[in-house]
Amino acid sequence: MTKGERLVTAIVVGAPIAAFSIWALLDNPRLYLVTMLNSLTLASLYFIVASGFTLVFGLMRNVNLAHGSLYLLGGYVGYVVARDTGWWILALAAGFAAAAVAGLLIQVLILRRMQGQDLRQTMVTIGLSIVIADVLLWIFTGQVYQMEAPSWLQGPIRDIPVIKAYSAYRLSLLGFGIAIGLFLWWLLNRTKVGAMIRAGVDDRAMLAASGVNVNLVFAVTFMLGAGLAGFGGVIGAVELSMVPGEDTRLLLASLIVVIVGGMGSVVGAAIGAAILGLAETYGLAYAPTYSVVFTFVILIIVLAFRPRGIMGKAA
Amino acid sequence: MNYNKRIWARSMLAAAAVAAVSGGAFAQGAPIKIGLLATLEGPFAAGGADGMRGAELAVRQRGGVVDGRKIEIIKASSNATPDVAVNSARKLVEQDKVDILVGPLSGGEGIAVKDYSKSQPQVTFINGASGAQATTLVNTSPNFFRFNTEGAQWMFGLGKAAMDKGYKRTMIIAEDYAFPYSQVQGFMAEYCRLGGKVPLKAWVPLGGKDYSSVIARIPKDVDALLVILGGADAVNFLTQYENSGGDKPMMGGSITVSQDVLNYKGKRRDSLVGTISAGPVADSFEGAEWKAFVADYKKNFPVSAGGFPSPSLFAYVYYINMKAALDGLDAVDGDLSNNHAKLRDTLSKMVLKTPNGDVRLDSNRQAIGTTFVTEVVKDSRGELTTKVLRKVDNVDQTLGMKKEDFKMGTRDEPNCP
Repeated sequence: MTKGERLVTAIVVGAPIAAFSIWALLDNPRLYLVTMLNSLTLASLYFIVASGFTLVFGLMRNVNLAHGSLYLLGGYVGYVVARDTGWWILALAAGFAAAAVAGLLIQVLILRRMQGQDLRQTMVTIGLSIVIADVLLWIFTGQVYQMEAPSWLQGPIRDIPVIKAYSAYRLSLLGFGIAIGLFLWWLLNRTKVGAMIRAGVDDRAMLAASGVNVNLVFAVTFMLGAGLAGFGGVIGAVELSMVPGEDTRLLLASLIVVIVGGMGSVVGAAIGAAILGLAETYGLAYAPTYSVVFTFVILIIVLAFRPRGIMGKAA
Repeated sequence: MNYNKRIWARSMLAAAAVAAVSGGAFAQGAPIKIGLLATLEGPFAAGGADGMRGAELAVRQRGGVVDGRKIEIIKASSNATPDVAVNSARKLVEQDKVDILVGPLSGGEGIAVKDYSKSQPQVTFINGASGAQATTLVNTSPNFFRFNTEGAQWMFGLGKAAMDKGYKRTMIIAEDYAFPYSQVQGFMAEYCRLGGKVPLKAWVPLGGKDYSSVIARIPKDVDALLVILGGADAVNFLTQYENSGGDKPMMGGSITVSQDVLNYKGKRRDSLVGTISAGPVADSFEGAEWKAFVADYKKNFPVSAGGFPSPSLFAYVYYINMKAALDGLDAVDGDLSNNHAKLRDTLSKMVLKTPNGDVRLDSNRQAIGTTFVTEVVKDSRGELTTKVLRKVDNVDQTLGMKKEDFKMGTRDEPNCP
């Protein structure tokens, strides 16, 4: 993009947003700010789930459509652990571990047998998502599972200027999102495994040729991606509850996030999640009837002007 | 939980039956096939499973036989969206060749399946639990029957109860589809007439899950909230509202405080105590037939086998609709000749004995029945249940208004800001 084009984009996109923000701030500052917080916290959840999805895609060119089911699996396992032990932190670890192990098994036992056949792998993950969702329905039934937040995160934080009161747990989502983001940045940019993953994203064949055990890198990445979905599941089980059908909802959200943000880019996932969170939440606050439309309008605009997503690179 | 296995076994059985039985399917002694359609996926998954239990109970009470002919139930699932419901109905009608179809569960689904029923005159459709007004108000279908009262009828009486509690201004938070429109109308028809005000209605997308934005919009000067969300969504709203520091009293729609919501897994249920709502069932109704029904439900589906402590609205409504089908079949001795002419005539005229009193149909084949206004209370064992505040009999579809004065509920109708 040239400088002029960039300026035009900034005006076309920025001006309506700025105008809306000024109007909304004058009209009802509390609603605007609360909605801002709501958007960013929801975006954090989307980011946690979608970052795993985008990592796996970036490295293996494999759209893991069972990602939503791993979210659900993590949430249910987390619920059971929290109920039996009373430790929410332990539930987080268990949700991560359960989904990571499931992801590892999927990668080693199934996907490795069809290495390089992207379409076949994708079809298999659709099948797996249905199997996992039905097994979970069989075990946990269609009941709504609402997980308790740990006592130190329960209830509202009061006496915040303008906003007055805000849910403590919800605010903590923002912290989780940022922490996961920093962790992924550290992992990808400061460790050897990260270097291998980045190299694999750019050129798989060269990575293998230079003597790296690609299978191991794939397994680790898939495990991490799946684990992040499970981790998101435990967090989501508190705020949004667990019920059959959540898997497809989060899968759809992840797909939109990575399409908008750019497949394979963690920074893209963060940007995509923020855009999706903002669009959904502001839509719901200011035009509830049409809130679903905004998400897809953004998707269409991004695909029209940046077909590979905002941070996407040519394959 | 082995109903999935059962579904599998039944579909295999159905497939075998389709293969084996050819032209003689209507001969005396051959089984009568009834399709059962409910949501086993999506936001009403728990309700749908309980609806299936209710319908199954009606079949079991007759020992699975009507007039010497075996009743064969073929189940299908949808996810509360109209297109999936029609696809499942198609599968039951066109592949499994059912004689009668009982279902679906959700409002929009009901309208879609009713429209589909017009193209299948050889099948009699009886509603499951769907409660959209339009289903039996506009473009009615001659072979679609509804023995349950619908969304607006279910809320009739709550308006007065709200005024009695001193709620003069109410904000409504409801999902954005046909059924909540009806529910809001049932409430507002009476509430506005008595002088209540509804300054703001928030219509949220079905299955939205994140209600924080709507919670942020609640005005300071309202006395109460009327929350018409179903299943998982109601639970999410309650949790998020409480966590954000909300403390206004709540009123619920008919499916907001149904048993599947009162019994969700998790602790924060106490905030529901004191919530008033209205609907076609009340757990604590003292009628003898109702108590017998509850006892029978508990015996057939104990909590250990996945049943609820008390049958949900969905179980009850599927039960009476299935019962209507079986009673009708019994009355005509299983005669399904001439496109079910005799059966349909009987269904239109019969007085159905239900656990909550007699139900008749109006000229659009829509039930005229009873509504309960209830309040959530905690019983001696610490379980949440409802207490009857008021029982309103013979609520018809136009809510006591003249047919020409009655306008169907929409986003903006009725309106009293």
